[in-house]
Parts: sequence; structure tokens; C-alpha cells
Amino acid sequence: MKTLLRPALSLFVLLSAITGLAYPLAVTGIAGAVFPEQAAGSLILQDGKPVGSSLIGQNFSDPKHFWGRPSATAPQPYNAAASSGSNQGPLNPALVDAVKGRVEALRAADPGNTAPIPADLVSASASGLDPHISPAAALWQAGRVAKARGLPEAQITALVDAHTEGRQWGLLGEARVNVLKLNLALDALKN
Amino acid sequence: MTSHAWLLLGTFLAVLLLSAKPLGHYIAYVMEGRFRGGQRVENILYRLTGVKADEEMSGLRYALALLLFNALGVVAVYALQRFQAELPFNPQQMGAVTPDSAFNTAISFVTNTNWQGYAGESTMGYLVQMLGLTVQNFLSAATGIVVVIALIRGIARHSASTLGNAWVDLTRATLYLLLPLSFLMAVLLVGQGVIQNFDAYRDVTTVEITRYDAPRLDADGQALKDDTGAPLTTAAETRTQTLAMGPVASQEAIKMLGTNGGGFFNANSAHPFENPTPLTNFIQMLAIFLIPAALCVSFGRMVGDERQGWAVLSAMTLMFVFMAWAAMHFEQQGNPLVAALGVDQGVSTLQSGGNMEGKETRFGIASSALFATITTAASCGAVNAMHDSFTPLGGLVPLANMQLGEVVFGGVGTGLYGMLVFAILAVFIAGLMIGRTPEYLGKKIEAYEMKMSSIAILVTPLLVLLGTAIAVMSEAGRAGIANPGAHGFSEILYALTSAANNNGSAFAGLSANTPFYNVLLGIAMWFGRFGVIVPVLAMAGSLAAKKRIPAGAGTMPTHGPLFVTLLIGTVLLVGLLNYVPSLALGPVIEHLVLWMAA
Repeated sequence: MKTLLRPALSLFVLLSAITGLAYPLAVTGIAGAVFPEQAAGSLILQDGKPVGSSLIGQNFSDPKHFWGRPSATAPQPYNAAASSGSNQGPLNPALVDAVKGRVEALRAADPGNTAPIPADLVSASASGLDPHISPAAALWQAGRVAKARGLPEAQITALVDAHTEGRQWGLLGEARVNVLKLNLALDALKN
Repeated sequence: MTSHAWLLLGTFLAVLLLSAKPLGHYIAYVMEGRFRGGQRVENILYRLTGVKADEEMSGLRYALALLLFNALGVVAVYALQRFQAELPFNPQQMGAVTPDSAFNTAISFVTNTNWQGYAGESTMGYLVQMLGLTVQNFLSAATGIVVVIALIRGIARHSASTLGNAWVDLTRATLYLLLPLSFLMAVLLVGQGVIQNFDAYRDVTTVEITRYDAPRLDADGQALKDDTGAPLTTAAETRTQTLAMGPVASQEAIKMLGTNGGGFFNANSAHPFENPTPLTNFIQMLAIFLIPAALCVSFGRMVGDERQGWAVLSAMTLMFVFMAWAAMHFEQQGNPLVAALGVDQGVSTLQSGGNMEGKETRFGIASSALFATITTAASCGAVNAMHDSFTPLGGLVPLANMQLGEVVFGGVGTGLYGMLVFAILAVFIAGLMIGRTPEYLGKKIEAYEMKMSSIAILVTPLLVLLGTAIAVMSEAGRAGIANPGAHGFSEILYALTSAANNNGSAFAGLSANTPFYNVLLGIAMWFGRFGVIVPVLAMAGSLAAKKRIPAGAGTMPTHGPLFVTLLIGTVLLVGLLNYVPSLALGPVIEHLVLWMAA
């Protein structure tokens, strides 16, 4: 036992220093040199001030903006210091109530639109910070945004198309629209 | 299942199996001590630590060394959490973690479980994340690898009394395998947007003002409630979003490569800063299976017959494909109760459709369900979607994957040694059927090996079923349930299954950061890990001592389709016999109720 104790203790300390200090510091050094923007959180700057991260969603409820996924973070939605999903099971009455409420809010904001609502627009994301919605969910809202801004719907739809990313390499993930970037582009249109 | 989902699964398997061969050869090369490139660094390390590199250990001494090494890890991680307020690299000034949570987390990361009762971004400072958790991500993975290497040596050697030197094996697995792979992967991840910095959390001014109900707190920070128990709130608004920061990429890489699975953030690999793009998601899925698959090849090479390794790998792959199909199929079906509200869950080029509750848009159904299958087939436990919100049968897949004993690829090292124990059970059953002494790879399987195999196979079901029974019968256990009905039972069953099998994923609605669950799950994790490792090493020692007997006319070949079928049958039989009643009470009932309600 005694002959095991010294190697155990000293090897633990040395391997800890290598994997727990040297390794993360080396990665930080390389990351900061090669990919400084990504390493710092892919921030979007306007007039030198950060207005968000292109990877982290924000809460939108103005009819003039596209709305993102429902967020289950607490206490406020899209709390980027407390990521979380709803963890509601498929049979949970609270889930059904929540979806019903989201459907009603979307319908109330766009009474003329009777098309079925895309699933991602009424279901809480896993992180509560999902920056994307599906192209279907963006197009579903195009009419409302056009009306609220007094712009032709075709112009809004074209903007959605321009902000639609396909599957990565044509195979990975799903087609998606970054809601924050789309809304910033919308706000830029006005000026 | 959509054609895109099949294409994704096919591409994933092709890339995996193509990488497994060269990496498997490399692992064998390194662990057999034939790689001399780092000899000088190794020699310095051994001189500093007093390791006598050429002194080999018996099975029991090897086990003792690992137990000691891992016990030190528990002490270190516990202490770092308790004293983090006094230590550097803590810009958010996180306070000391509570004793029960620190105990649970220490065991969790040392045992390669990485069950998380806490939320990373609001609990752990950067020093704990690096020097506590990242270190254990490496060392627990190295521990798994060296155990299976010792078992392989036990099979490959004959008339020998030792299995190798645990210190040398741990050092080589860490320095030559885990560290370079992690470094490469971490840099790739940053390129795609995973963050890596030591900054304080960053405030940004959002486009819109967010209005919400803020909970009212008393002087101690506890939420105030009205007479009916509903929380009291006040209207609040904010235009500030606080972005959590940290050295994420370095931890993310080893989290996947070491099948650890503990997220830097609460949302784990669903968080866009941990897993920002479909490509990082693919890399992460690949990283989980990479070493477990490669070790099968190393095994074949080290016992001198590569077909043996491919047979084991085939059995794993066949079971995995079925599980992946089931998860993707049921998640794509969606939730009939949501469909009834006028929601479109159909798949098209414009949306993935399906059951999107608890999933991210960039991953959709296919990449989320595939990830869930991979992370639970391997004992990783990272999640990119919330398993608690899966459809009943979609959620049954991760549960069943773990209940098979984490041998469908399984954890790094643990998956293969678990599968080799099942292989020994399979040849034993075959031997019984024809009345011959069973043998595996030239070694007679006798009473001692069968006793050790039985312990290794039965210790986790015992912990899972007994633990679940204790939790559902006690007030403190039931208090954690978040979803009503059968799903609440599934949450508890999932927690115990995940802990005892060292997976670490969760039906995360369960409030498990309580003294009751922290202690119960801590015990399940420790014995689920070392209750298997010790008998496996004891068996390895006994196998090494045996003479090698040449294959005769009555020897069952263990590299063909017949053996693969027998092996799958054995894994399924043991898994089903142990868990069918509990699965019937949870996900199966829930499925029937859900579709009858619709």
C-alpha cells in the first residue's frame, strides 16, 4: 500500500497540472490567436457596442419583429446565464396548456393567417437560447411582419430567403434562420 | 424515418468505422509500449513520481492502484468545490458548493458518469471546471481504458502472474491518446464558435425590452409563495442579456472523447456555446464512439486475431442501428396532443417537424434523436436535446440503451470490458448447451471466471432496481418528480439507471440536487463503477495465469455470425429479464395513454 501511495499522489498532481492547467491554457492561447471572435462568443457589434451574440437567441414579442422559439429559462426567457429546457413530458397537462397559449398568442397577432403553425414556433427549445427558427416558422410570420411594417410581403419573404441557411454540407443538421440577424436586417431596412 | 435520417446514420457509421481501424492500431501500439517518441518525457515523469516503469502488477494490485488514484480524485474535486470562493479563476465569484452536491459531483466525475445535479454556469467557477472537472474527464477516461487493456492482456498472456503497470498505462493513455485528440478537437470546435476564454460574463443590450414576472424573494433569497403555494411575482423588465463565458472548448473536447458527458453549461451540448453548428454536432457524435469503437480493433490486434475485435464491433453496431432507427422514428411521429392544437409537425424541406419540444432548430429530429442514441449507447450522457420531453417510446430508447449495461459501444474501455464479460457469459451458455467446458480465445472459462462475470453483470441492475424502489417509496424521492403520471416514475428510473451505469444523462425535470438524491445517486455511481472494475481485474488476473489451450474440433469459433448472434442474444436476454417490468410501468404505459388520449 505504501509503495502505491507515492506514485498515486504525485502522478495525480502532475497529470492534473498537465490536463487541468497546461491544456486549457494552451487551447485558450491558440484559440485567441487563430479564432479570436469565436473564442469570445461571436458577438455582434453595432457602433462598437455588443447587441448580442450570433449564436445566442433573444426574446422578441413585437409584431414588427420575427419571434423566436419559446424559451423556458428563468426568471426571464432567453436568460443566457441560466440555460434550460422545459423538461415537460409529452403527456404533461402543463405542456398542452403552454402550447395552447403560444398558439393563441401567434393567432391573435395575425388573425388572418389560418395556416397550421410550424412545430418549432410553439415548442420550447432545449437550451432556452436557440438562435434559430425553421424557414417554415419564419415564412409563417412574414405576413404579420409585412403588415406591421407597412412593407410588401414579397420584400420580407426575400429577406427571409436571404437569411436562410441550408443543411451544413447539404447533409448535417437542418435548414434554419437566425432570428436576431434577420431582425437586425429588418431594422436596418427602415433607415 | 426520413431518407435524410438514413443518410445521416449511414454517413456517421461509415466515418466511424473507417476511423476505428487506424486509431485502434495506434492505441494497441501505444499501450503495448512500442511508441518511444515520448520516452524522455515519460522518464522525467516516472523519476518525479517514483514510478518503477518495468515493475508489473498483479490483478488485485492493479485494482488497488486504480482505487487509490480515483479516491484521490474524489477528494480533490470535493475540496476544489468547497473552497472555490477562496481560489483564483473565478470571475463570477461563485460561492462554495453545498457538501451534498459537492460529494455527488466529485463521485460523478471520477466515475466517468458526469451526472450533474447542479447548473454549471451558476455554480462552478473556471478553476473547478478546469482543475477539478476537466482533469477527471481525462483521468476517468484513462482509468476505463487501462482496465480494458489489463483485461485484454489477461486474455492474451498465458501462465503469467501480472497484467502491466497501472501508472505507466494511465500515463500513456492520457499523454499519447486523450491529450492530442482533445487538443485537435478543441481547436476545431472553437473555429465553429465554441467559446474559450477566461472573461467575466458579458452583458449585451438586446434589441427589444423583455417583460417578465420576477419571483419575489425573502431576505434569505428564498422564493415567496401565496397561500395556495403558487410563487409570488412582480412585473419586471430588462434590456440586458448576460452571456455566460468560460474555457468551454477545452472541456467540451474531452467531455466527448472520454465519454464523460458533463456539460460546462446546464443545457449541455444543446447550448449554442457548447455545440453551435450541425458540424460540431457531428464531430461530437463521432468523438463519443471513436475510442470505444477503436478499442475493439485494438483488442483484436492484441489477442492476435483482428476478426475477434470486428465480431464484437459488429454486435455493437447491429444493436445500435436498431436503437437509432427507433429513436428517430418515434421522435419524428411527434406528439398527438400538440397536433390537435393546429400545429404542423410534418416534415418538409422547410422544417424538420416532429416532436420539437426540448430540441434545437439547428439539429431538428434526426440529429437530436441520433445524438440521444449515441450518448446513451456509449456511457457519455451529454445531451443536445432534453430527453425528458421525448415521446414515450423515443425516450425508452436512451433508457434501454443504458439498461443493456452500457455495452453497445459503451464508455471508453468500460464498453469493451462490459462486452467481453458478456462474451464470456455467451460462451458459457453455449458450453452448457453442448456439455463442454467453455473456452474463450484459448482460455478455459471456469467457476472463478463465472463468479466474477456474474458479479460484474448483476451489480448494476441491483443498484438500479433497489435504488428506484427506495426512491419511489420515500417522501424525499417522490418530491423530486416534475411530470405527473407514469412519466414521473420514468424520471426516477432514468436517474438510477443513468447513475449506476455511469451514463450521466437525465430526464432532467427531476429535482435531483437534494441531499436525498445526491447521496443515493453518489452511492449508485461509485459501486456501479468499481463494483464492476474490481471483479473484471480479478478475472483478468485469473485468465492471465491460465495455460493457453489450442483450439480443437469442439471449440466454438468466436469471430463468426453465429457468435455475433449469440452475443447479441445474451446481452438482450439479460437486459430484458432485468428491466421489462419497470419499463412497462414507465414509458410503455405512457405511450398507450398518450395515443388513447389523442
